[in-house]
Amino acid sequence: MAENNNSLIKRILTYVLLIALALVILAPFFIGIWTSFLPTMDIAKGDLFSTNLSFDNYVAAFTKTPILRYLANSFVISTLTMVAQLLFCSMSAYAFVFLKFKGRNFLFGLFLVTMMLPFEAQIIPNFQTVKFLGMLDNYSVLIVPFLTSAFGTFMLRQSFKQTPAELKEASDIEGLNHFQFYWNVVLPYNKISMITLGAYSFLGAWNQYLWPMLTTFSNNSRVIQNGLRQLQSEETFNDWGMIQASAAIIVIPTIIVLFIGQHYFKSGLNEGAVK
Amino acid sequence: MSTILKNVSKEFDQGKKVLDNVSAEIQTGEFFVIVGPSGCGKSTLLRIIAGLTQISAGTIKIENRVVNDLSPKDRNLTMVFQSYALFPFLSVWENVAFGLKARKVDSLEIESRVNDALKMVNLEELRDRKPRELSGGQRQRVALARAVASDAKICLMDEPLSNLDAQLRIKMRQEIYALQRKLGLTLIYVTHDQVEAMTMADHIMVLNDSKIQQVGTPEEIYQHPANEFVASFFGVPPINILPAQKISEAILQVNNDFEVTLPHPIEQKNVRVGVRPTEMKIVDTDELHANATIKAVEFLGDEKIIHAKMNHGGEVSVMVDSGAHFSPFQNVEITADAEFLIFDVEGNNITEQGAMVHA
Repeated sequence: MAENNNSLIKRILTYVLLIALALVILAPFFIGIWTSFLPTMDIAKGDLFSTNLSFDNYVAAFTKTPILRYLANSFVISTLTMVAQLLFCSMSAYAFVFLKFKGRNFLFGLFLVTMMLPFEAQIIPNFQTVKFLGMLDNYSVLIVPFLTSAFGTFMLRQSFKQTPAELKEASDIEGLNHFQFYWNVVLPYNKISMITLGAYSFLGAWNQYLWPMLTTFSNNSRVIQNGLRQLQSEETFNDWGMIQASAAIIVIPTIIVLFIGQHYFKSGLNEGAVK
Repeated sequence: MSTILKNVSKEFDQGKKVLDNVSAEIQTGEFFVIVGPSGCGKSTLLRIIAGLTQISAGTIKIENRVVNDLSPKDRNLTMVFQSYALFPFLSVWENVAFGLKARKVDSLEIESRVNDALKMVNLEELRDRKPRELSGGQRQRVALARAVASDAKICLMDEPLSNLDAQLRIKMRQEIYALQRKLGLTLIYVTHDQVEAMTMADHIMVLNDSKIQQVGTPEEIYQHPANEFVASFFGVPPINILPAQKISEAILQVNNDFEVTLPHPIEQKNVRVGVRPTEMKIVDTDELHANATIKAVEFLGDEKIIHAKMNHGGEVSVMVDSGAHFSPFQNVEITADAEFLIFDVEGNNITEQGAMVHA
């Protein structure tokens, strides 16, 4: 009986703690979404429990600001970055795993070294390069430096290494060349890692802030994160309700990507290949 | 028309010899089994035939063509892996069709060949399943169907049954054998299981320590083993090998425990005698006449295996009828029938050598 009581208390305590933590973490999100439905006057007065809920802020965001253009910019850039990273990282990872060449480990070491260097430290030389190439304030400046990533190569290499050697041998016997093996066997076998890297690189590009802030100046190439900052002008009155609505809109793709990604994170997808 | 291995050797980088001067001829359409304990180089030999591993010396000929430098696909063979090597993201049907598609076979022909192959291994109903939804035996069948669907006439199998349970292994053994006969495949089959080798093979190659010990039919290997290793590798329970001395022209004293009569004179004085457990005689006796003590009795149904300790060291096993009454710690007298093998100190079989000399 005492033991039952103990475990009950333990459980209650666990849940109380979990609920408290959930509140701390989720409260800002809920407050943000809640205020995006409130008129700016109410927010300014601090009247968070107002009942004047409406979609006016969202309508205003779409009609009064270039947010649609920002969204389109971000979407195009993020998609291209993702596709390019998936392609180039998987190809270089394939080379590091399945091709035997001199200096393979040394080259891979170099890749890793670039990972140790934070992007902020590379910003000045990178900026000079893109300026020299005349790429400023253009989509290309937001895409070309991110066509591939050392992290993506590293991650896919680790995953490709898990591909059973028998599949390579079976493919050799069937006469698959490297590209066929890469495309027909390695990529499907490592689908989960590819999806993970895809989600990671899409969101990475979507959430970029520092680099686009430095290299883009016009609405034609401004991405959404910087656009959001732009809405918050310094001199004039801030329409907080509309800014909240825009912020909520920006989060939507992130949630969609995570939601789609989660669907694929089922274990046992590669069961039955060997043994 | 055959596959010929001539003086094939393989060394890995560290200078360790994995295969040493292996030569053999594998006839087209035969079931050829390569058998040996683990680490003897048998899988390496199969990979060498497949072209997945390069050889250090020697030549390999397939159908009168030297294939040393040919890539695996140009050798026109298929391989069934120990782990099956199925593609987990493809259905059963697509797995079987995979190689044909890679070789750009006409799609109508792929359709009919894959369907035939699946029919042959009884997997028609499971054609749309993924490998993870199949049992071990079914996965094994998919791997077989892949070999069947290919038009290659040589099929290599690397311990294909070792991941299955005992019951299924016997069933698949028969299925593989039947398929090989039906399709007239040249099947080169690697196993460590001497029962698989004995039951299926037309010819067996016994490998040990990177060297060929013997190549022959199952009967030859069992009845006329080339050496002590081959004799003790085949047969369950294994052959009893005991030291022996020639005490007169026609008498060998075995282990100082009993004597056997030589069928013909031999030159060596010190030899080793091998007696199959079925050829040993065991009788109950008193302590005075006993030359062994029973350690354990295994009941197998229609037979019993008696494990006994000889008085002068060494252990033997003897097969008796299940009706015979023996129990542990009993004193017995063990002797051998006329059927036994004689090995010299190096382990070579000299049973018939003497006969040939003195005949």
